[in-house]
Amino acid sequence: MIIIGAGEGGTRAAFALREAGYDGTITLVGAERHLPYERPPLSKEAMTSTDAPAIKAIADAARLKEHRIDLVGTTTATSIDRANRSVRLTNGSDLEYDKLLIATGATPRRLPLAGLGSRCVYLRTFDDALAIRSHLGPGCRIAIVGGGFIGLELAASARKLGADVTVIEAQSRILMRGVPEDIATVVHETHATEGVDIVCGDGIATINDRADGVRITLASGLQVTADLAIIGIGAVPVTTLAETAGLTLNNGIAVDAQLRTSDPLIFAAGDCCSFPLAVYGGRRVRLEAWRSAQEHGALAARNMLGSEEALACVPWFWSDQYGLSLQIAGLPDEGERTVRRDLDDGAFILFHLKEDGRLVAASGIGPGNAVARDIRLAEMLIAKSARPDIGALAAPSVKLKSLLAA
Amino acid sequence: MSDWIEACAADDIDEEDVIRFDHAGRTFALYRSPEDEFFATDGLCTHEQIHLSQGLVMGDIIECPKHNGRFNYKTGAARGAPVCVNLRTYPVKIDAGKVFIQLG
Ligand SMILES: Cc1cc2nc3c(=O)[nH]c(=O)nc-3n(C[C@H](O)[C@H](O)[C@H](O)COP(=O)(O)OP(=O)(O)OC[C@H]3O[C@@H](n4cnc5c(N)ncnc54)[C@H](O)[C@@H]3O)c2cc1C
Ligand code: FES
Repeated sequence: MIIIGAGEGGTRAAFALREAGYDGTITLVGAERHLPYERPPLSKEAMTSTDAPAIKAIADAARLKEHRIDLVGTTTATSIDRANRSVRLTNGSDLEYDKLLIATGATPRRLPLAGLGSRCVYLRTFDDALAIRSHLGPGCRIAIVGGGFIGLELAASARKLGADVTVIEAQSRILMRGVPEDIATVVHETHATEGVDIVCGDGIATINDRADGVRITLASGLQVTADLAIIGIGAVPVTTLAETAGLTLNNGIAVDAQLRTSDPLIFAAGDCCSFPLAVYGGRRVRLEAWRSAQEHGALAARNMLGSEEALACVPWFWSDQYGLSLQIAGLPDEGERTVRRDLDDGAFILFHLKEDGRLVAASGIGPGNAVARDIRLAEMLIAKSARPDIGALAAPSVKLKSLLAA
Repeated sequence: MSDWIEACAADDIDEEDVIRFDHAGRTFALYRSPEDEFFATDGLCTHEQIHLSQGLVMGDIIECPKHNGRFNYKTGAARGAPVCVNLRTYPVKIDAGKVFIQLG
């Protein structure tokens, strides 16, 4: 078995193959020079820890060895020969496979403008995080292009380190994609209180990396000068390998409900693929979410071994900024009406329902893990296509667990 | 052998639920199972230092509120990604409606 991409999805798949009893060789090919590691801390704890940033390894060398997973690091797969069932690597070798998993993840979307230089950076890898971290400190000027999750988490981390932060968002508000407005408002206000300058509804006209800093001119004429510009305008799936191998693409590598690509011997998992979501009648989505990459890895592994399981999960995502945590289960844009549940300490949850009362998503925000339990229960209700009582959803005194039994 | 520490009243914990208990600078999680038995583990997840008491109890499982890591709270066994280190467990006894935990 060969797995290309030693990130969240690929690494979990390698372990899942062993857990399912597979005894043959497992080769995990990864372009990065580190042990497989978790990305979520890169914009959060790794940016603000007082110690030198360290990777949070998914598995250390001893655990990989114990499970007989051969990690081929600092090595990129350059082509797939489907007729001969082999993969070519940058180190010159060709590896033969019975089944292949592509878990190549995503890469930051590039800002399509001239004038970007070495002080215009992106965040995806630990090495990117190290480079950004080395610039952050009291009084330095940071411009963040894009008011999405990564940009906002970085804004919070940079503030914590004393930087002056400006966030530039071309859309009319931050977190436009996938986050309900009421929740985005809480995030916006928190950043404002913490001293972040957020500019919305103003796109970038020009950007110039000059000796005295990065000069950004917005469509409105507003100018922002920064020591470092971090660009967080989304990510695109890494599909070159799949594309040159002739696999079907559709907003990423197209897979079926069992995560199989258009070649039955090749599977794909994680941020690089789009797949049908059973809870929404087969709506095809591509997610960039940590738990989803794990679920994909585990399922792809079992299906590579001949199990024919269909993906049945509900999307789930979290983000941490300052002391706040946001969690979203399901896709809020599926909802047609909203019911709000207010919890202690300003925390609240929005339940997103279809007109017929079916719960399709829940999004919540609050200090610490205040919304976690209810979001998790909502996720289970969504998976069951439940039509919970609206009064009960709105009343914090009613335990959601009681609705699950109903 | 160390002493039994009185933690709370049995009624303070709902069935199939968990509460936090702090003692002498340490933090623990106390559980009441659907079968009405009581259990105790370390209070923090082994993935990151997160209080399990805000998590969800389902059957034998406590699920961490932060990233949904799972443990069997009766044995402490880690039950899948992202947690791979087990939780430490402690003996519990009920006496006159009170929950006692034995710290090692
Ligand atoms: C800064 C940051 C913060 C995040 N925070 C959160 C969060 O709070 N919550 C959340 O739910 N999600 C978060 N995510 C998203 C989450 O980390 C991703 O969804 C997850 O890592 C996807 O896993 P993956 O295996 O698909 O891809 P990745 O983890 O990106 O792994 C893909 C790997 O494949 C390698 N690769 C690519 N092409 C090749 C090739 N040809 N040969 C060999 N190797 C190759 C890449 O180098 C990479 O190491 C965050 C992501 C980032 C970057
Ligand atoms: S902190 Fe518990 S699963 Fe991550």
